[in-house]
Amino acid sequence: MQSTAEKKQIRKVIFASSVGTLIEWYDFYIFGSLAPIIASQFFPKTNPTAALLSTLATFAAGFIVRPFGALVFGRLGDMVGRKYTFLLTLILMGGSTFAIGLVPGYDSIGFAAPLIVLLLRLVQGLALGGEYGGAATYVAEHSPAERRGYYTSWIQTTATLGLLLSLGIILITRKSLAPNDADSIKAFEDWGWRIPFWFSVVLVGMSIYIRLKMHESPLFSKLKAEGKTSKNPIKESLMHKGNLKMVLLSLFGATMGQGVVWYTGQFYAQTFLETACKVDFEQTRTILIWAIIFATPLFIFFGNLSDKIGRKWIIMAGLFLAVISYRPIYTKMLAVASTKEVVLDESKTKIERVITPANGRDHSIQTTTTVRLYQNGITEKLVHKDTVYASGLEKPESIDKLSKELPDEGYWTMVVLIFVQIVFVTMVYGPIAAFLVEIFPTKIRYTSMSLPYHLGNGVFGGMTPFIAVLLGTLYAGDVLVGLWYPIAIAVVCLVIGTIYLSNKIDPEVND
Amino acid sequence: MNTIKKYLGLVWIALAVYSYSILLKTAIERMKLVPTTDTIIQWSIFAIIFLPIAIGFVMFGWMAFKGAYDHLPASSDEVED
Repeated sequence: MQSTAEKKQIRKVIFASSVGTLIEWYDFYIFGSLAPIIASQFFPKTNPTAALLSTLATFAAGFIVRPFGALVFGRLGDMVGRKYTFLLTLILMGGSTFAIGLVPGYDSIGFAAPLIVLLLRLVQGLALGGEYGGAATYVAEHSPAERRGYYTSWIQTTATLGLLLSLGIILITRKSLAPNDADSIKAFEDWGWRIPFWFSVVLVGMSIYIRLKMHESPLFSKLKAEGKTSKNPIKESLMHKGNLKMVLLSLFGATMGQGVVWYTGQFYAQTFLETACKVDFEQTRTILIWAIIFATPLFIFFGNLSDKIGRKWIIMAGLFLAVISYRPIYTKMLAVASTKEVVLDESKTKIERVITPANGRDHSIQTTTTVRLYQNGITEKLVHKDTVYASGLEKPESIDKLSKELPDEGYWTMVVLIFVQIVFVTMVYGPIAAFLVEIFPTKIRYTSMSLPYHLGNGVFGGMTPFIAVLLGTLYAGDVLVGLWYPIAIAVVCLVIGTIYLSNKIDPEVND
Repeated sequence: MNTIKKYLGLVWIALAVYSYSILLKTAIERMKLVPTTDTIIQWSIFAIIFLPIAIGFVMFGWMAFKGAYDHLPASSDEVED
């Protein structure tokens, strides 16, 4: 039984660790959430798809370097200590995020712009690779055995809350830069997108202040005092057969499936809403925000439950439900946003043409906005741009943007469909920190648990939206083809986890 | 159960080799079909990133086949052996 003082102490530890980790996730996600704008600012604009893919590649680069961050900072954390290592990752993350907000666009400094952004993104990936393992280890090493799942599940909420914070800050900024929406959105796309990056400095400053007041993990301090810290954590993690087999088992039996479920529920779902369902920018984000708000407490619920019934079966149940539900869920999402075979209310169709002169050139841009209302309540907006020459000839440009605004019923149905996917995320992700911490010994825990975590989440998970988009271009006839990637990975992980993993809770992490 | 674990090890090895060869084949085909910088970079990244993972999966399968997972460690001493 914990005393009141012990409970107070662990709450402080959780708060200090979680706030920092949440901010790191915020920093990492604003880049992904602003991918199309960053593409237009930093990459050649010859082809919007190429620009977006370039950004996604940069996004993926952020994920790919995470395992290297896990090794570099994991090694440091196992040798120098948890506290100073995750202070360093926080400073690196905050610094690089702020710097991305300062880089001049491609139009100003040419090819140097995407190059600098790419480098800063790599630093972000490295820092994130070092952060999570430190925070999870730090909290777990302060927790009593019977509450380890519950306490570490607070760290597990940070990734989702970081996404929530990034979506919220972006939406608020996008709406606050001018008195009317159109001007505000234009200002946001011109320069206002930098504000969420700059805002990071405030958050990181606060978090550094909080973390500086923390003490080193008691288990690590004990090891250090006894001179039993590892001399070469990477070698011990990967070269000792006994440890390597557990690193591989954690990856293929837990984190790779958890990674794809996570990134499908929170990122691919967002991409799908916007690109396949054509739901407009703002609704897409608010749908995700509501789903996250409703689902987040379940991280704690499943973390707590894992202290009672074990970690394994909760994670496996999450994988199983995801595998059998993804296709029906995404089919329903398409149906909710569909206007096929729905009667159009012709009397409410509005067409508006605006001609904007192109300064100093012999042509103008004609923007035609067609707004249609369907009988199922969906409002469809088609923006078409033409180049109009003085001679009167019109040359169509490639810009044709379709977006849909869902009525209340469709909107809340989408919230429920995303919520269900995030419930799967809470099942696979809520107990995973406690699960990983318990597998590895204290002296190489930071390195050993960080590696499978970031390979599973960074490589398998982080690549999900990217691979799904590519599958969509390879097999253009099937809108749901992108789902086969997370489904296949989750199935393999489910089989391996079910057969090879143990459900036993380790009562002793002090070894 | 240990027999299933053991022989499934061979399945994991085969799956690792098969999946990676499909990835490599698709990457080469796509790079030949659309030889732009974007395509080459994207598919090269895939091929490079998933190579160590495929090797890891082969190792996992091999260890399973050799019975390394018949007994999971009960303490850190066993992990460090």
